[in-house]
Amino acid sequence: MSEVKKNKVKKVALFLPFLVFALLAGVFFSQLGKDTQYMPSALVGKPLPDFSLVNLETNKLVNKSDLGNEGYLINFWGTWCPACSFEHDYLMTLASQGVNIIGIDYKDDTAEAIKWLAEKGDPYSAVLLDELGNFGVDMGVTGAPETFVVNSQGEITYRHQGIVNADVWLTMKGYLE
Amino acid sequence: MSVIRFISIALLAFISVSLSAETEKVLNFRSDVDQIRYNDLISELRCPKCQNQNLADSNAQIAIDLRTHVYDMINEGTSDTEILAYMVARYGEFVLYRPQKNGANFILWYGPFILLGIGLLGFILVIRSNAKRRNKRAQG
Repeated sequence: MSEVKKNKVKKVALFLPFLVFALLAGVFFSQLGKDTQYMPSALVGKPLPDFSLVNLETNKLVNKSDLGNEGYLINFWGTWCPACSFEHDYLMTLASQGVNIIGIDYKDDTAEAIKWLAEKGDPYSAVLLDELGNFGVDMGVTGAPETFVVNSQGEITYRHQGIVNADVWLTMKGYLE
Repeated sequence: MSVIRFISIALLAFISVSLSAETEKVLNFRSDVDQIRYNDLISELRCPKCQNQNLADSNAQIAIDLRTHVYDMINEGTSDTEILAYMVARYGEFVLYRPQKNGANFILWYGPFILLGIGLLGFILVIRSNAKRRNKRAQG
């Protein structure tokens, strides 16, 4: 190796710590201000899990194939959940726009749920009962409200934890193909 | 009379307190090994709701539900790997307090050792070249 080349290599090597610093700073900066509670769903991109749940109105068992093959939302809610009551108004708006919402009455008292729907209106095309929360676990739910988007292929494309509002719907809408 | 009344009320209160403590479910396992497996699993699985606690420590509803699932699966004879796979399929790798060592995690687990190796290699190279230079100077 010539002397000149050797010097060049040495100069680059001197900058190596700076490059490492810049790289790390970039990584850390890009993480700033992110929601630390955010947890990606393990089910996005996977088909909706099989289930067999009782329909609140008809008392009949409903399974995956009964939900049809057009895109719909699956909304986990419960009368015990205060945020669900905030969310309810917007779900009514969505339902009036023709969005198909399947409600999962999650770990709830059925009588209370019937009362709630009678008082506040029913935005759901079907309400299915998940009293023990087993379907919730299959869907990786951690609480309520939680809303999944299922597309026409029966695949889960999006999951939102918390209240659905106009802002959230803007993003959600795109996944409902 | 009022003393007797006071004592009986105090006794009643005591009984109701001990009754409410009894409501915590007693878990029965088929063997001691299963009991140990259960305790290990719930301390190694992370609560998906309260993210800095494991299933054993958390009292979140979902943690209670997931503990029940682990308990049921152990009594049905499900293996540890199957139970962990069940949880990962639903809640993602996030639920594992001991993440798997494949994929991007490989760098997290072994990256420091690789860096240490590279550093050591660099150190040896520098020392060698210095020694060579010194030899040359001594000869010349």
